[in-house]
Amino acid sequence: MTYDLATIAPELFLLVSAMALLMLGAFRQGNPTGLVLSLATVATVITFVLVWLQPTARELAFGGLFVRDGFGNFMKGLILVGSSVSLIMAWRFIERENMSRFEFPVLMLFATVGMMMMVSANDLISLYIGLELQSLSLYVIAAFRRDTLRSTESGLKYFVLGALSSGMLLYGSSLVYGFAGTTNFNTLAEILQQAAQAGEAPSIGLIVGVVFVMAGLAFKVGGVPFHMWTPDVYEGAPTPVTAFFASAPKIAAMALFARVLMGPFAELVAQWQQVVVAISLLSMVLGALAAISQTNIKRLMAYSSIGHVGYALIGLAAGTEAGVRGLAVYMAIYLFMNLGTFAVILCMRQKDRMVENIDDLRGLSRTHPLMALAMGIFMFSMAGIPPLAGFFSKLYVFLAAIEAQLYTLAVVGVLSSVVGAFYYLRIVKLMYFDEPAESFDQPFGREMSLIMGAAGAITLLFFVFPSPIVSGAEAAAASLLAAAG
Amino acid sequence: MHGWPLLSLVTFLPLVGAGFILMIRGEPDVVARNARYVALWTSLITFVLSLFIWFGFDRGTAAFQFVEEAPWIPQFGITYHMGVDGISMMFVLLATLLTPICVLASWDAIQHRVKEYMIAFLVLETLMVGMFCALDLVLFYMFFEGVLIPMFLIIGVWGGQRRVYSAFKFFLFTLAGSVLMLLAILAIYFETGTTDIPTLLAGAGIPPEMQFWLWLAFFASFAVKVPMWPVHTWLPDAHVEAPTAGSVILAGVLLKMGAYGFLRFSVPMLPEATALFAPLIFALSVVAIIYTSLVALAQEDMKKLIAYSSVAHMGYVTAGIFTLTQQGMEGAIFQMLSHGIVSAALFLIVGVIYDRIHTRRIDAYGGLVHRMPNYALLFMLFMLASVGLPGTSGFVGEFLVIVGAFQVNTWVALLVATGMVLGAAYMLVLYRRVVFGKLTKESLMKIKDLTWREQAVFAPLVVLVLWMGIYPVSFLDVMSASVDNLITNYQQALADADTPSLATLWSSK
Repeated sequence: MTYDLATIAPELFLLVSAMALLMLGAFRQGNPTGLVLSLATVATVITFVLVWLQPTARELAFGGLFVRDGFGNFMKGLILVGSSVSLIMAWRFIERENMSRFEFPVLMLFATVGMMMMVSANDLISLYIGLELQSLSLYVIAAFRRDTLRSTESGLKYFVLGALSSGMLLYGSSLVYGFAGTTNFNTLAEILQQAAQAGEAPSIGLIVGVVFVMAGLAFKVGGVPFHMWTPDVYEGAPTPVTAFFASAPKIAAMALFARVLMGPFAELVAQWQQVVVAISLLSMVLGALAAISQTNIKRLMAYSSIGHVGYALIGLAAGTEAGVRGLAVYMAIYLFMNLGTFAVILCMRQKDRMVENIDDLRGLSRTHPLMALAMGIFMFSMAGIPPLAGFFSKLYVFLAAIEAQLYTLAVVGVLSSVVGAFYYLRIVKLMYFDEPAESFDQPFGREMSLIMGAAGAITLLFFVFPSPIVSGAEAAAASLLAAAG
Repeated sequence: MHGWPLLSLVTFLPLVGAGFILMIRGEPDVVARNARYVALWTSLITFVLSLFIWFGFDRGTAAFQFVEEAPWIPQFGITYHMGVDGISMMFVLLATLLTPICVLASWDAIQHRVKEYMIAFLVLETLMVGMFCALDLVLFYMFFEGVLIPMFLIIGVWGGQRRVYSAFKFFLFTLAGSVLMLLAILAIYFETGTTDIPTLLAGAGIPPEMQFWLWLAFFASFAVKVPMWPVHTWLPDAHVEAPTAGSVILAGVLLKMGAYGFLRFSVPMLPEATALFAPLIFALSVVAIIYTSLVALAQEDMKKLIAYSSVAHMGYVTAGIFTLTQQGMEGAIFQMLSHGIVSAALFLIVGVIYDRIHTRRIDAYGGLVHRMPNYALLFMLFMLASVGLPGTSGFVGEFLVIVGAFQVNTWVALLVATGMVLGAAYMLVLYRRVVFGKLTKESLMKIKDLTWREQAVFAPLVVLVLWMGIYPVSFLDVMSASVDNLITNYQQALADADTPSLATLWSSK
């Protein structure tokens, strides 16, 4: 048993810290939010180090419910970066926006533990537990500004639709269990492999189950046609929460998607590939077209994230090791671009109020040249223009798509990226071509400048040293497929 | 200079200058002045360095020279591989020559956001030079696409009235073309297992059915960039709205990137598809030459007229490349260089009077010769070079292209040649309306002739136009070995193809 605890050390540490911070918040006199928030940030950083120190060899714990491998470690690292940066971005925000309650950082930690569980799930049961721990925490965080209509609306919407998707996932899981007789990923993979070797076609019930599971997961990543909640939740939730939503849970859900499809259901690739292709195609096209008419920057980022999910899913649709590597690279780069962009959005304040209209960015290059430069880098990068990082993320997924001969998907993908480039350019246009409107409040805070600067530097200079992220993703992909094969 | 990474120095030195400019702080006036000087010196030093390439270049061989190679993305065998041959070498020089000229031409014309302007130009120079030196497909694509960012900003921030529309049109048109090329590059990688250009040039061996699609994907990208009729519509808009120096770089270097792509990729790597599609290119080129010449004749805006003339002149280039003869190809490359200098000079000529009167309408001028004799002389020289008068650079390129075309198809040669007549018509009309006639317009009464700085800008261009016209051998020498090698390889590849040729394959479908 001690052995198992070492395997889950990072999760365990984070969970214990979250509970300790909950106690601290509950029993400490005065308003402990600042302290809890800082300690929560430290906890995520330490967890990141623990994940870093974990061996990459594949190891099962708790009777095969939980798996630790290179893929999981890579994705957990990304999730923790997303969580800790989101926590840092919340430092000033929660005081200014009148949501200074210590439950906020604690819930973020619980959500993060849930995500790490999801990434490491090796059984439909543990998958569901991780997913729900994450989702329930996120529902509360989305509605955290309970005195505002939009935040509560977004929380409720997220909850209702999220519950629906969890229901679908659970229903799918029960079908899988009913037709395969197990919930364990390894056993499922074995059963399906044997069936394939014996030349038996997989039963319809099982396939229906897999499709339901996929629908639930597609909801969590926000892929079309299960994307409806994304724009409303992004717009309504407090901005650091939106930044968090757009980074860590996306990565966790994407990692889970890859683990489920490439692991237990690897044999059914012919069946699920068409579904992933369809989700990917629709997401790319809708993300590109629907974002054009948006005026709220958070809504715009929501549609942009739908588009990016579409691109990342190209990697999964390929169903190969190169595809998973493309997916991992994509999520890593997307994380940095996205956090940087949200840091800029968080700095959009006029007269001590948040502004969210993209027109408020007008003339930013005159009033805040460095911030405009950073935002410009993120926008060009999201549009996929070389030599910025976003180009490489697209390069790797298209590489996988061409290798898997998914030519239609690749062509539609690149063409929708041209359409998508339009709205990213529109932001650059507002910042650089137009005359300044009212300038934003100063100062932003040192930590914001640091996040923007670091994310900008990573995005801009990725091409000089692509190897760290690329080889990390490669090792991750290899470890995921080694388990399956 | 041997042993120095000369190409990397020339490529990345402007970035260093841009970094310096970024760090300049202080009063707006001081910042602007320092930015101008740093940009000028950086680009001049870059030009001087690039001259070492010219002098150190071995003219007898078709091999790549000044080669540098370093691992970059080892997982895919993608390397940082730089080198020039007779085809690309002179474009590097063209880019390094035009950048200081652009900086000088913008000295007084650009008054706001000088710092950002100069940074954009220096970054642009890095990307342009890098693109011509890149010997790896992915590296090439990075530079090729990266050019869009600074050019988008140059048009959009410092452009004219409809700058936003033009900048978006420029960006999206070009991007739409090049993303398909990216997929083609990836497909080549999986087919051949490498993205190294010299390896691919030595014999890519791509199956004919695949060549068909790859060629079209490359064509989508390069045709927009050249630009060929009917995807040329972004060019007049971009030219009209861009600041003078932006037009100079656009016409001088960026348009060459498309034609360079045809020469470097489409012809040698996809020979069978090239043979199949050559008639298509001829048709589009002939349409471009005649149609856009007629359109140019009807223009009332000087920059638009020159922009349309650029499309026509690039029609010669594409026609010349796809004759696949020694004369036609050398003519095409020569025409590219000549057009790079002449059209750049013509945009500068327009810029001179635009800076004074602030209009580009032809009917706002007339009789300038009375007040600006030096200007009239220079204008005449470049106008005649554009028309293709013997003794100027324009003649050599057009003549060689027609000679090349004549060997392939008499009709193409004949139709291409009509472009020379039409070219003479619209350029002479422009010259007459702007320079000759009576000086009656109130606004022109006090107009001043060229300043010493403007004369300094034009001096190197005058020298080059005459040098290329009178003694073209010094330039043809550089390219002949490489072009010869290209054609030999092309014919070899066609002869080697033991599978049924693509043309028969396609017609049987």
